[in-house]
Amino acid sequence: MKVKQISVFLENKSGRLAQVTRVLGDNNINIRALSIADTTDFGILRLIVNNPDSAYRVLKEAGFTVSTTDVIAVEVKDDPGGLAKVLEILQNVHINIEYLYAFLQKATNAALVVFRVEQLDEAIKVLQENNVSILEGSKVYSL
Amino acid sequence: MYWQKEYETMPREQLKDLQVERLKQTVQRVYDYVPFYRNSFDNAGIKPGDINSLDDLQKLPFTTKQDLRDNYPFGLFAVPMDKVVRIHASSGTTGKPTVVGYTQEDITNWSDLMARALVMAGGTTSDVVQNAYGYGLFTGGMGVHYGAERLGATVVPISGGNTSRQIMLMRDFGTTILTCTPSYALFLGEEIINAGIDPRDLKLKAGIFGAEPWSERMRAQLEAKLNIMALDIYGLSEVMGPGVSMECPEKNGMHIFEDHFIAEIIDPETAKPLPYGEPGELVLTSLTKQALPIIRYRTRDITVLREDKCGCGRTFVRMQRVTGRTDDMLIIRGVNVFPSQIESVLLEFGDTEPHYLLVVDRKGTLDDLEIWVEISDKFFSDKVRALEDLEKRLKARILSVLGISARIKLVEPRTIPRSEGKAKRVMDKREI
Repeated sequence: MKVKQISVFLENKSGRLAQVTRVLGDNNINIRALSIADTTDFGILRLIVNNPDSAYRVLKEAGFTVSTTDVIAVEVKDDPGGLAKVLEILQNVHINIEYLYAFLQKATNAALVVFRVEQLDEAIKVLQENNVSILEGSKVYSL
Repeated sequence: MYWQKEYETMPREQLKDLQVERLKQTVQRVYDYVPFYRNSFDNAGIKPGDINSLDDLQKLPFTTKQDLRDNYPFGLFAVPMDKVVRIHASSGTTGKPTVVGYTQEDITNWSDLMARALVMAGGTTSDVVQNAYGYGLFTGGMGVHYGAERLGATVVPISGGNTSRQIMLMRDFGTTILTCTPSYALFLGEEIINAGIDPRDLKLKAGIFGAEPWSERMRAQLEAKLNIMALDIYGLSEVMGPGVSMECPEKNGMHIFEDHFIAEIIDPETAKPLPYGEPGELVLTSLTKQALPIIRYRTRDITVLREDKCGCGRTFVRMQRVTGRTDDMLIIRGVNVFPSQIESVLLEFGDTEPHYLLVVDRKGTLDDLEIWVEISDKFFSDKVRALEDLEKRLKARILSVLGISARIKLVEPRTIPRSEGKAKRVMDKREI
């Protein structure tokens, strides 16, 4: 139920994001989703890719500071209030969300939302109890 | 004008006799009371009785900053603690400072030397000395303060910072002598003009500036901006504090107060003595210090000594402005900073092989320190909050270890240039 996310440290200087994506492209790694958190000095690039293990390796070899984090990918109905429902479930059991980002699935047009929480297992459990669809890592990688 | 004319203008032959006599006493005392010196003299096969001339000084081993650290805190003191009336300290590498101590007699001597310095700058009992050196463990503030009181001048112990108040008091109190770091003096000069005050309307006549390197270019700026005579002062806590040497109005080097210190110049590589006139590392031996006598202390400061006659009538040798260091010490806003101090902080944070760069610049007239830290796997997090928190904690720790604030910039691995596998630790962009 967990999805492996790759995080990369980026200094705020031109061309760094292009270099990361070039390294991935040259190694036939496909990006499924990404988000960037930035401050005035630096940014953190978070990626979901088709092959996280090899993405980690090639970025590392290219000299980037990389880490992997387990996140969950939740299928949210593409209707008004779809995301609110999921957030309320987590809020009710006091699970804090560090960050999240969304992307669309090609096949179903349902939105996929990636959640980064500290209490990952509790979050999975409570979402499943509430019949929220959580995607397996393998399914997300091959989207 | 002199404060202690008899000593300041003593014929050199007589002065050398005085030095030998005081050197013999000092050597005997450290041998008797400081185990560190007894051991190092014994290891070198030297007995105090072997020292009978100034040339014999070369037989004695050197003392280094590391020796002070190894004997932290009071191990090099030559008197019992009930004779020690004051402690000063400078920041150290592992959070442990370098500690120095003074007896009542040491404070009196130091005050006399600082009074000499103030008199050189034209100071009298009717002067108002605004002392903007930092007060505290740093020797600058208290050193100048006691000298000004010894002279009988009026001292304003304002310490560093709070520029608008400095300017207000300077005007309201009729300050005539300003004492601070040269970069802060330059900053004050600009702020005075920005405040719409004409420096010629102030009573300032002289400035005694030290604790960091400066240049003739800065002297010209300071004298023009503040409408004063700007003079250089030198000292270091290990030897005493400010007032080891001071420039006279001839502005041709700083007179070393040789009745209290012996100055040598050595080749920093071979440690062999060099003749007057050749640049090398300054080595100082104290002649009157009671609490912390120091033998052949390697200052790491590069200078040149000159023995020719000075127009002011003083017979003491003069040292030129310090032109560099034989180690990697930086002086930032008057504070001594070693790159290894930054390294020790990073090690505390768990980075086993920290790569960092100190970027020093002068923003306007003030020094600015930015520390680049390569982000290692150990430090990296996918959460912005965690990285910002890391920056904050590093900044706070560096402030507590160095005593100055720095901006922390997290950078990608291999951002910091390495030469022959060794990282470059300092980028000093200041033009002094």
